[in-house]
Amino acid sequence: MDDKEKLDEIRKEQARWEETTLQKTLNRFPERRDTFITTSSSPVERLYTPLDIADTSTKLSTGFDYERNLGFPGQYPFTRGVHPTMYRGRLWTMRMFAGYGTAEETNARYKYLLEHGETGLSVAFDMPTLYGYDSDDPQAEGEFGKCGVAVSSLADTEVLFDGIPVDEITTSMTINSPAAVIWAMYIAAAEKRGVPMKVLGGTIQNDILKEYIAQKEFIFAPEPSMRLVVDTFEFGTKYLPKWNTISISGYHIREAGATAAQELAFTLADGFEYVKAGIERGLDVDEFAPRLSFFFNAHNDFFEEIAKFRAARRIWAREMRERFGAKNPRSWWMRFHTQTAGCSLTAQQPDNNIVRTAIQALAAVLGGTQSLHTNSMDEALALPSETAVRIALRTQQIIAHESGVANTVDPLAGSYCVEALTNRMEEEAYEYFRRIESLGGMLGAIERGFPQREIAESAYRYQREIDAASLTGQRTIVGVNDYLTEEPLTIPILEIDREGERRQRERLARVRRERDNELVARRLEALWEAAQSTENLMPYILDAVRAYATLGEICGVFREVFGEYREPVIL
Amino acid sequence: MPGKKIRVLIAKPGLDGHDRGAKVVARALRDAGMEVIYTGLRQTPEMIVEAALQEDVDVVGLSILSGAHTTLFPRIVNLLKENGLDGVLVLAGGIIPDEDVPALKELGVRGIFGPGTSTEEIVRFIREEVNPSAGSGHRP
Repeated sequence: MDDKEKLDEIRKEQARWEETTLQKTLNRFPERRDTFITTSSSPVERLYTPLDIADTSTKLSTGFDYERNLGFPGQYPFTRGVHPTMYRGRLWTMRMFAGYGTAEETNARYKYLLEHGETGLSVAFDMPTLYGYDSDDPQAEGEFGKCGVAVSSLADTEVLFDGIPVDEITTSMTINSPAAVIWAMYIAAAEKRGVPMKVLGGTIQNDILKEYIAQKEFIFAPEPSMRLVVDTFEFGTKYLPKWNTISISGYHIREAGATAAQELAFTLADGFEYVKAGIERGLDVDEFAPRLSFFFNAHNDFFEEIAKFRAARRIWAREMRERFGAKNPRSWWMRFHTQTAGCSLTAQQPDNNIVRTAIQALAAVLGGTQSLHTNSMDEALALPSETAVRIALRTQQIIAHESGVANTVDPLAGSYCVEALTNRMEEEAYEYFRRIESLGGMLGAIERGFPQREIAESAYRYQREIDAASLTGQRTIVGVNDYLTEEPLTIPILEIDREGERRQRERLARVRRERDNELVARRLEALWEAAQSTENLMPYILDAVRAYATLGEICGVFREVFGEYREPVIL
Repeated sequence: MPGKKIRVLIAKPGLDGHDRGAKVVARALRDAGMEVIYTGLRQTPEMIVEAALQEDVDVVGLSILSGAHTTLFPRIVNLLKENGLDGVLVLAGGIIPDEDVPALKELGVRGIFGPGTSTEEIVRFIREEVNPSAGSGHRP
């Protein structure tokens, strides 16, 4: 029997089953509701069979094409994973996003996490740092150390990584508009300890496009911002071959309310834009593309999330090879970090968040992530306490060592449901790519507010579903719109040392007093000159940082030359 | 005056760019028949109060998730008072720890809506607290 005959046979059998067995059951026991939907409000079928994954691209319906859709792990199109042995070889990096208050406090938290088995660092910066303001800037008022650690100069960076083996461990830094400056501080701090930049491994997020789309922590307009990004690509390619110069991020797009397909589509479309920008600069795609990395969200809907991760790898590999002509298989790889969904955490009954996070983390692992952050149960309320963050880390360790899921590669491959969802995810992404291309690529689409509007629509729909759940039964959030309890909150909340801000201001004043201020002025002047030209700015930033020019001073130069960006208000 | 729409300013003070909640609430209030003005991001207390004056609003909704509310909210509320906008209903949403709530209420932030609040609850609260036919004192 050939494929077509087999499929016809199944189709016939399915029809028979629906008329007899299924109908009988439905008559006696109707289903819980008329339609079932995913977290992204996409419909879910009752049952998936070989019919749902049959290749319908040609008139001759054929069965699932294993080689074309999946292949083998470590080989094109990488659906099953980027490494041939996946977690049998090496577990994912357990990388907990952390930072608060002063560099001293955060350094202590890093050591605590490393002691408890974390395998990579991930730095959270406070709001002023993310906007390129020093801790004593008037704009920073009230924001010091609240959402992350404050870093204003090389002196803070030295303290932040004190006693941490930067030559062995990889460090990820969630920083975007000022990414080049913070990266330079990391490089300079390592240099002072005798660690040359070529051995440094880690990631700067550096994904400015998703800032305009979702996270909104931009300083400059898209054009100068893209220049800074490509400067880091170029510099990294030459001098830091182990560094991921960008982490193209869907996480924040999802947190802003996007569906899984929107997260996937907008993130990859951002990725294409960066590849285009690198090529336009004259870089060889196979030189910089292997250092592009990604970052996704792991939300509640288990199979939908796994499908998203698998589709992401397949699309990226194909586009890099077919569209951008990359020849190095490493350029085809999509390597990504995952964070469980912060927006899924509830302030009500926070203990339940441990369970949510575990399910989401499991989806990330079954989706083949390279590194993972698991949220702490208290993060809908505040930054995580030590106890909460330890449970979150332990969740990863239990998945890694007890669940057995890490012992085999891509165990859900071939599931009719997962493969069908993977295909659908891919189709939805391509539909968005077409719309984005028609707007002139992602930069044009952002200018017109297209992804922003799509996300806002999804966010609003999701909220309305939650609000209407008692009527529809369609969007139950345990502890929020059902299964409520009146118990008061009992979990302890992290206290940030209020004295920290004073100490930070003192250190900043000392840095400004003790550094060679003439040298700083000269280097800022050189940076200003370079910013007017088309030269790569990284060497100038690095020189300024080495002389202890502050983040605010360096970004101040850019603010002067590039101006600040105001987004169009879209509601 | 029947039919007069409740006017609401939704504002994002401070540096944080998390605007999902602000936008969702703005849409919900609009769908509930209110007139909604959204300030956009990174608004200083001065900008917010200026917008409240210009737009002649009945309600100011402040959305903040960065933890800077303890610094920024008192400045906003005091500026509103200084500008004769005592009658404006001030609400807050975002991540605001329970322990900060009594002080904010004391200050004059009448409604504080944390994660998990339904939009209907906010609509209901505003309708109960604002009586547009009685006027807020500064309306023509």
